[in-house]
Amino acid sequence: MSEKKEYKVIGTRPIRHDGVDKVTGRAIYGADFQITGLLHGRVLRSPHAHARIVSIDTSRAEAHPGVKGVVTAQDLPAAEDKMADLGEGPVNLKYLCDNILASDKALYKGHAIAAVAATNPHIAEEACELIDVEYEVLPPVLEVRQAMEPDAPILHEHLTTSSLGDTEDKPTNIASHLQHKKGDIEKGFADAEVVIERDFVTGTVHQGYIEPHNATAHYNQDGQLTVWCSTQGAFTVREQLAEILQYPVSKIKVVPLEIGGGFGGKINVYIKPVAALLAKKTGKPVKVLMNRADVFEGTGPTPASYITIKIGAKKDGKITAAQTSLAFEAGAYPGSPVGAGAMCVFAPYNIENVLIDGYDVVLNKPKSAPYRAPGATNAAFGTETVVDELAETLNIDPLEIRLMNGAKEGDRRPDGPVYPRIGFIETLEAAKEHPHYTSSNGKKYHGRGIASGFWFNIGLESSVTINVNPDGTVNLVEGSTDIGGTRASIAMQAAEVLGIPAESVNPAVVDTNSIGYTAVTGGSRTTYATGYAAYEAAQDVVKQMKVRAAKLWEVDEDNVQFADGEFSSINGKEEQMSFRDLSGKLSQTGGPVVGRATMDPAGAGGAFATHVVDVEVDVETGKVEILRYTATQDAGKAIHPSYVEGQIQGGVVQGIGWALNEEYIYNDEGEMTNASFLDYRMPTCLDLPMIDTVIVEVPNPGHPYGVRGVGEVPIVPPPAAIANAIYDAIGIRMTELPMSPDRLLKALGKI
Amino acid sequence: MVRKSHIQTTINDEAVEFLCEPRQSLLEVLRDELHLTGAKEGCNNGNCGACSVILDGRLVNSCLVLGVETEGKSVETIEGLAEPDKLHPIQDAFLENAALQCGICTPGFIMSAKALLDNNPNPTEHEIRYWLAGNLCRCTGYDKIVRAVLDAAAAT
Repeated sequence: MSEKKEYKVIGTRPIRHDGVDKVTGRAIYGADFQITGLLHGRVLRSPHAHARIVSIDTSRAEAHPGVKGVVTAQDLPAAEDKMADLGEGPVNLKYLCDNILASDKALYKGHAIAAVAATNPHIAEEACELIDVEYEVLPPVLEVRQAMEPDAPILHEHLTTSSLGDTEDKPTNIASHLQHKKGDIEKGFADAEVVIERDFVTGTVHQGYIEPHNATAHYNQDGQLTVWCSTQGAFTVREQLAEILQYPVSKIKVVPLEIGGGFGGKINVYIKPVAALLAKKTGKPVKVLMNRADVFEGTGPTPASYITIKIGAKKDGKITAAQTSLAFEAGAYPGSPVGAGAMCVFAPYNIENVLIDGYDVVLNKPKSAPYRAPGATNAAFGTETVVDELAETLNIDPLEIRLMNGAKEGDRRPDGPVYPRIGFIETLEAAKEHPHYTSSNGKKYHGRGIASGFWFNIGLESSVTINVNPDGTVNLVEGSTDIGGTRASIAMQAAEVLGIPAESVNPAVVDTNSIGYTAVTGGSRTTYATGYAAYEAAQDVVKQMKVRAAKLWEVDEDNVQFADGEFSSINGKEEQMSFRDLSGKLSQTGGPVVGRATMDPAGAGGAFATHVVDVEVDVETGKVEILRYTATQDAGKAIHPSYVEGQIQGGVVQGIGWALNEEYIYNDEGEMTNASFLDYRMPTCLDLPMIDTVIVEVPNPGHPYGVRGVGEVPIVPPPAAIANAIYDAIGIRMTELPMSPDRLLKALGKI
Repeated sequence: MVRKSHIQTTINDEAVEFLCEPRQSLLEVLRDELHLTGAKEGCNNGNCGACSVILDGRLVNSCLVLGVETEGKSVETIEGLAEPDKLHPIQDAFLENAALQCGICTPGFIMSAKALLDNNPNPTEHEIRYWLAGNLCRCTGYDKIVRAVLDAAAAT
């Protein structure tokens, strides 16, 4: 392990390779794609949150001038009620298909019903209004506790609860119940001298990427389907298309264009299969774009949740027991991130006795999609608020109680895994020493809060090839969507191995026909796993080039060594040649050198963060102002520190939005009433101070440079940290998200 | 089919003429008719600023301007900012500060920043935050964007 090792490239801050294209407007994002003969598609969406589809008549739309084709669920191959593995766990195929185009029921307002391809997007929009759909409107259910009631409106007549291995026979909205147990929960609470139990509610929030979903599809006459799109994973798009369209992967090529944000929300497909169906029907390439309301109403939000947290401790602060019930809104189809929430809820602490129950509940909202550390932020809002209250009750500093109970190497997480070397304690210590935490904060209505968070990170499969150029540069080919600077962070790992500057590596993200399987950019895995593959592919280049040097110098291969970008011979014959010079001699020594590697690394290593926030509460308006924010995080090893800081700052600000403003607001009919960026209010730069970051580096033993994923965990602590700061400011515990002005005023008794 | 209008305008200092339907926004014209896809559609109702361009010296959301309204006017887009062999100082500052992650909002932010610095070459941090509040970024938390604009102001 390389904690003290000096690096030449890693830890520096080169200009990202795709930077110039992105600051000059030249980078081609999904919606920018053009191709000859292009038609434009639009989707008709359900105006009802819950309705049976009685009939769909598309004849008026088909007759509209300029319309070239209309599709409905009838155009999808009949979906079996079977489970398909699509790279991120098994998915029920019927549910997957019904979410693309509803077959029998519309399950949320915005559910796709039909789609039109026309010569321009305006005509396609007009034609959507000419599709006659007869609905039998049903009562919607919009809140997780109501959806769990025995007399709640039922979404799926065939859905029964799968509970701890057993399946019940009565139709229900509770898709599954999971449980983790550690120790003896009753004994743990009996041993406690203080027990705090609180309920928490979190709202439905959206990933909020600025680029709407997009797809352009074309079928060649030979049956080859090509889809150009922005996505977090071209290969998962290929897999989903293959399942939904019942079409072989060998006949599908997915070309990933630049992506305008995803945060987990661009893994599931929505309009990509629709574009393919329209392309098939019309024989022309078809581009389908969502508008912003479609994005809010038709794509994955992250779930609202109802959470109870009960924690018991000794008077000295040692936690003896922790129990939770997590009820998550899956949206219209099963599959909320309650499992991940259950893995994270008590993960920062070493607690002997734990009981965790999780419920995945369907209701009439869009099917939930991952959002940055999915499930963990909901869970941490509960845990970290109760830990703060525990510290206050016992008169212990909130960082000290976390230091006392914090998880370390060798401790077992309640859901099973035993921690390798982790850096939670180091994030707490970094926060404790930070001038922010040691500064005074005594003004009226000002408050300070702290909270911590955990995200487990994932590994998964990645492929990289490296082609050596004769001028000593290399072309690095990879399949990981670059959503925030990973071309740079992957290229830098190869450059470090090869002893060349970051700028001498040209990274390219290519289509599914041009690189080995690579899983999604998600789970904070890309710099870790694809970076690991780049490291191994570069090692493969070195190995092959040693053979070439041996040939040139007429020595044995074992007598060639490589260090700091120089090949040299040992054992007598003194020869030396730089990577660059040897690159120029490849054609004389056997031809091109291509390094390759595939990885499926197991040691992603968990990420921890601790945040400190100062707020001011305006008790007249209920508005909470963020005055100062400091985030500490264990990055393992920061490959490109600027982009690590950027991930932390971006995650923090998404967390601030989740904490203070963002939520889907529904009326009784189940219509989202704020489906625009004006009314679904994400933070602007005027709402914020600078976000200070402290990168802690506790190397991950599962990566050659010690990298841990950094992207997700920074969103986890903010809601709890801000709730704790609000308590410090006004003495009121906020237990519902968002902590918007109206909720503050209600809590203050002003309205 | 709707009858198209013939429009003569100036884009990035070049005389340009195009045909467009009266209902087409300037954003649609730039992207779909002229293939200047640097301006992005994030919301199509003036809330995100990803389509920001400068029209006769004034910052606008091009999704809220009709193509036909540009007759006789001058439009500056992200594509016109850099010189053939040199980026604009704001573009350099964005790269050096790592002020972009996905980059979809970047052209809009750079055009907004240019409009600000054209009018106020030495803005304070608060003035920058106030001016850029019409541009949404979901990736960066704005910290590095604000620093990039401060740096660009110092460099010009």
